[in-house]
Amino acid sequence: MTSLLKIENLHVNVEETPILKGVNLEVKAGEIHALMGENGSGKSTLAYALAGHPKYTITEGTVELDGANLNELDPSERARLGLFLAFQYPVTIPGVKVADFLRHAISNIRNPDRKEGEGLVPMREFRKELKEQMGSLDMKTEFARRYLNEGFSGGEKKRMEILQLAMLKPKFAILDETDSGLDSDAVRFVSEGLTKLTGPEMGVMIITHHERLLQYNIPQYAHVMMGGRIVETGDVSLAEEIHNEGYTALRERHPEAAAEQEQVEAVTQ
Amino acid sequence: MATDSPNKDVGVGDYQYGFHDQTDTYTFKSRKGLDEEIVRQISELKKEPQWMTDFRLEAFRIFEEKPMPNWGGDLSQLDFQDIYYYMRASDNQERDWDDVPEDIRKTYDRLGIPEAEKKYLAGVKAQYESEVVYGSLQEDLAKQGVIFTDTDSAMRDHPELFREYFGTVIPSNDNKFAALNSAVWSGGSFIYVPPGVQIDFPLQAYFRINTENMGQFERTLIIVDEGASVHYVEGCTAPTYSSESLHSAVVEIIVKKNARCRYTTIQNWSNNVYNLVTKRAMAYRDSLMEWVDGNLGSRLTMKYPAIYLMEPGARGETLSIAFASDGQHQDAGAKMVHCAPHTSSRIISKSISKNGGRSSYRGLVKVDKNAKDCKSNVVCDALILDPESRSDTYPYIEVDEENVVIEHEASVSKIAEEQLFYLMSRGLSEVEASSMIVTGFIEPLVKELPMEYAVEMNRLIELQMEGSVG
Ligand SMILES: Nc1ncnc2c1ncn2[C@@H]1O[C@H](COP(=O)(O)OP(=O)(O)OP(=O)(O)O)[C@@H](O)[C@H]1O
Ligand SMILES: [Mg+2]
Repeated sequence: MTSLLKIENLHVNVEETPILKGVNLEVKAGEIHALMGENGSGKSTLAYALAGHPKYTITEGTVELDGANLNELDPSERARLGLFLAFQYPVTIPGVKVADFLRHAISNIRNPDRKEGEGLVPMREFRKELKEQMGSLDMKTEFARRYLNEGFSGGEKKRMEILQLAMLKPKFAILDETDSGLDSDAVRFVSEGLTKLTGPEMGVMIITHHERLLQYNIPQYAHVMMGGRIVETGDVSLAEEIHNEGYTALRERHPEAAAEQEQVEAVTQ
Repeated sequence: MATDSPNKDVGVGDYQYGFHDQTDTYTFKSRKGLDEEIVRQISELKKEPQWMTDFRLEAFRIFEEKPMPNWGGDLSQLDFQDIYYYMRASDNQERDWDDVPEDIRKTYDRLGIPEAEKKYLAGVKAQYESEVVYGSLQEDLAKQGVIFTDTDSAMRDHPELFREYFGTVIPSNDNKFAALNSAVWSGGSFIYVPPGVQIDFPLQAYFRINTENMGQFERTLIIVDEGASVHYVEGCTAPTYSSESLHSAVVEIIVKKNARCRYTTIQNWSNNVYNLVTKRAMAYRDSLMEWVDGNLGSRLTMKYPAIYLMEPGARGETLSIAFASDGQHQDAGAKMVHCAPHTSSRIISKSISKNGGRSSYRGLVKVDKNAKDCKSNVVCDALILDPESRSDTYPYIEVDEENVVIEHEASVSKIAEEQLFYLMSRGLSEVEASSMIVTGFIEPLVKELPMEYAVEMNRLIELQMEGSVG
């Protein structure tokens, strides 16, 4: 069976403020979707809501992964079902070594029933795999011993996200502006890395403002968010239109959503 | 590549510290309570020289005179008459591991001290109850003139050396609990490292308390002679009891010219223990003294390892970790006294409070007049895991000299929701994620511990966290 991530009429509040106002989206394994939209249109909010951030409350609608309702599940349970979010702004965790963290993470993801304190994936196997994946992302192995994201440059943090993606092999990956803040070589490594990782087994949603990542990983679908909704869905040519012409035409085609977007901005500023 | 944190490899699940050995195998147990007769009796039983009997009696008088401290923690429930002050588990000291009584060995097994490590540890000395019942000293250490023995034996076998230093760093009248220890002390370690001898593996001792209401009053004396170096490690794990218990140790250290000493402690007393310890080191010219002090457990800990920087070039460093949970108060810190110019000190303190626990940092940096060009740096960070818990900082600075640099930084934080979310979004459970964040918080100090202690420390944190979340 092909895996399916199904988002239906999703409404999400952030601290009482409605941000998402009815998002509908289906991503199947093997598909690449591009999610675009102006700053503040709700892309990251959707990503966080899918991953289960406690501050993002679903007020209406559902998220399902292969038929399982995710609404009430905590972030760990969602991850164990196969959801992965590469963060736009990865968090620093002082004193926690990358390798240590990753070993716990993959132990849980590969054995979703694992309880804390139970065995971890064998060290030898884990090291070998980590070394390989780091190699293919052109990361120095020394990163495995560093504290998670502490003192990492912006680009290094993004690469660390992709490394985690590579190690965890989720069913669905959401990449929130993983290409931002990378120099052009890094964009290439990340893009190529992603190309290697994706395949018929993985569904991907790429949130981006740039072209490069999409050139390496050509989406079958492109969606545009505005005012907390997906206002248009097309193919890669929609993404190209936005890159070339910006959002003006889109705003004109969807005046209501454009107005709502401005409202949200007014409230939150 | 070393991707490991060895700390995580040990099965946490089967670690228990609520175990209890049979306690009726003692060969001698004093009656409860404290008076002159008990003090005399202890000295008699130990067949001590007259000067020690006198020393004890004098200390007992000082103890009686001194009022209870009215700062630090709540001592109102501590009843000195409800405690045993002396007991002895067996008459002779075992030399060979196989000769150690079985229930004692069982305890070590429960503490999870791996066989391989026991062998690696050259001089394992374990204090069971009031006296050392097991001790082994690697031969080449002895050949180098190193003395590593229990304090009672040291008094007997090295009377001159012992008497020259005993009680010189912490006199009986220093404080009420130093006086108490001086009156009833028993056991503890004695180390003498001759000039120029560098011991490059840690010397270790394991202490524990095992009988209800039993006080443990060990007395440790370490002398590191010129140009020598030593790392001494002590650790404690205690079973749980129903009533009050008192641990009041005295540790005296002399670090001579160009010498180095590191003293590492991990204490995990059960929740009913009052842990009131006086630790002090005198550091002479160009020497280095380091205290690494981890306090978990106990009902109340009051402990402020001190370093007196006596001569130019002396350096002092204290790393302190405290973990306070339900019903616990960790009042810990450090004291640095700059008695000479060109001395430097550093204090790093990390505390964690959870489930209504309370931790306080209490520190003193003192610079005497004419102690010019001194430097001191104090950093204390507190992590508070829930709104019921508490953390306080009491940094005292007394400076009688102008030309000094003293820096102090303090921070209090909570586990950030964003960190928790990040780790959980990678499949870590809430408990796992929080204990990872907590472990990370103290990592900079834990990595200073010998490996097996770091492992145990992290396991204890994990266990503590399991009870606290969700
Ligand atoms: N924690 C929050 N508190 C208050 N407002 C928030 C919060 N998170 C998001 N918002 C608001 O929700 C709206 C959508 O934000 P979101 O981060 O989803 O935008 P985005 O499409 O990802 O933008 P960008 O392209 O800049 O990353 C914005 O107006 C933002 O200010
Ligand atoms: Mg965003």
